[in-house]
Amino acid sequence: MSPRITFAIARRVLTQLRRDPRTVVLLLVVPCGLLTLLWWMFDGEDVIFNRFGPPLLALFPFIVMFLVTSVTTLRERSSGTLERLLSMPTGKADFLVGYALAFGSVALAQALLAVGLTVGLLGLDVSGPVWMLTVIAVLDAVLGTALGLFVSAFAQTEFQAVQFMPAVVLPQMLLCGLFVTRDALPPVLEAVSNVLPLSYAVDAMQRVTLDSGVSSEVRDLLVIAAFAVGALALGAATLRRRTA
Amino acid sequence: MMKNDVDNTQGDTRLAIEVDDLRVIRGGRVVIPGLTMTVPIGQVTGLLGPSGCGKSTLMRAIVGVQRVASGEVRVLGRPAGSVELRRLVGYVTQAPSVYGDLTVRENLGFFASVLAAPPTDPDRVIAAVDLGTHADSRVDRLSGGQRAWASLAVALLGAPRVLVLDEPTVGLDPVLRRDLWRLFHELAADGVSVLVSSHVMDEAERCERLLLMREGGMLADESPAALLERTGAADVESAFLSIVDQAGAAA
Repeated sequence: MSPRITFAIARRVLTQLRRDPRTVVLLLVVPCGLLTLLWWMFDGEDVIFNRFGPPLLALFPFIVMFLVTSVTTLRERSSGTLERLLSMPTGKADFLVGYALAFGSVALAQALLAVGLTVGLLGLDVSGPVWMLTVIAVLDAVLGTALGLFVSAFAQTEFQAVQFMPAVVLPQMLLCGLFVTRDALPPVLEAVSNVLPLSYAVDAMQRVTLDSGVSSEVRDLLVIAAFAVGALALGAATLRRRTA
Repeated sequence: MMKNDVDNTQGDTRLAIEVDDLRVIRGGRVVIPGLTMTVPIGQVTGLLGPSGCGKSTLMRAIVGVQRVASGEVRVLGRPAGSVELRRLVGYVTQAPSVYGDLTVRENLGFFASVLAAPPTDPDRVIAAVDLGTHADSRVDRLSGGQRAWASLAVALLGAPRVLVLDEPTVGLDPVLRRDLWRLFHELAADGVSVLVSSHVMDEAERCERLLLMREGGMLADESPAALLERTGAADVESAFLSIVDQAGAAA
């Protein structure tokens, strides 16, 4: 792995993204719009907004980066540029970390806006440190990027890549504690939710808003980071210099 | 661990590429049943044969991106695809592999930093492929021919010693095709070994050496003049046919 190549890839991905201002605006504005919609739906009922706001702060970066990454890497696989890069001195880690850096920094911008809006303007009550919300959101985004890289190996078309979103993301969304708190789920489903990364992201978000300490979130963050590293490793296994 | 015994394993130093009894199976079909060939250093070698005869697969094996069933492929004396070769071998696929949403210059700048090529290299190769007036255009706004040049330009970055070019002249207008062949010969004069595939037989006369391929096997490996003399044919296309007919008669 070489920092020169990793940063070259991250810079290139960001340059490509800049060429597509509509996507950038959608990435940054849609989460803010949806959070505002949620706030408006529960007009004046702070308790409900406080219950649903934090999970959504965790969900947006995850879903969005999953989609963006799976489509971009699929393009890279099908256009031959991935094969070209791998026939050059590029390491697999350069490619993966380059992507994670690029989309991680987009996620940082997205999270700063979304957290700023929900805490600053919409009045989400946060007992713990507000920056922790941003940290969790960025880590979620990296997790989404890592999973997106991984599933792009199993998609032949962009249509298929997009269809992986409901398959991979929706079950996690249903079981993460957003609709039914996880301890109220049937035991089997609760056990399943214990091994899904999004559950930890939502737990962490909820803990920051409820408790003032950060120790329990750190454990959640470590779990999410472990999932992200695991997904990147799986992604690395799908990048092959030699193909059939 | 990184020190390796290149000198002990070095093959014939006059050869850029050595393929020994290569066998490739793709999707359950034997594409190359057992092929042996060599490419000399510092020449333009043409790999000619009809579509689907295994040219691209052979080229992929030479670059080290093709999974092979058996046999040996060496480039500059090292196993194909080895780490030391990744800066020395330039490869251009049939479909241009460059980023459509970046400009020509941005594409070259990116690949130059991956290759650790000097920062002036993008300008050098832009001049070499004569894309100066389009250097700041997005690649997806260029014509098919210009896109192919942009993809070729990437392969010229750094200091490649071997260039593997898969059908680079397809669809180009005759003037561009002539320019491209001129560029190949200039590169060869600088000691670069150029392997060019084509399914158009009349391009054969522009090569110093010819490899004729059919159904995954090698029909001929000689200079265009020697091929015509041996077969008594007037052009390479007739020579190709007469070799196929002879093989059919012998069988």
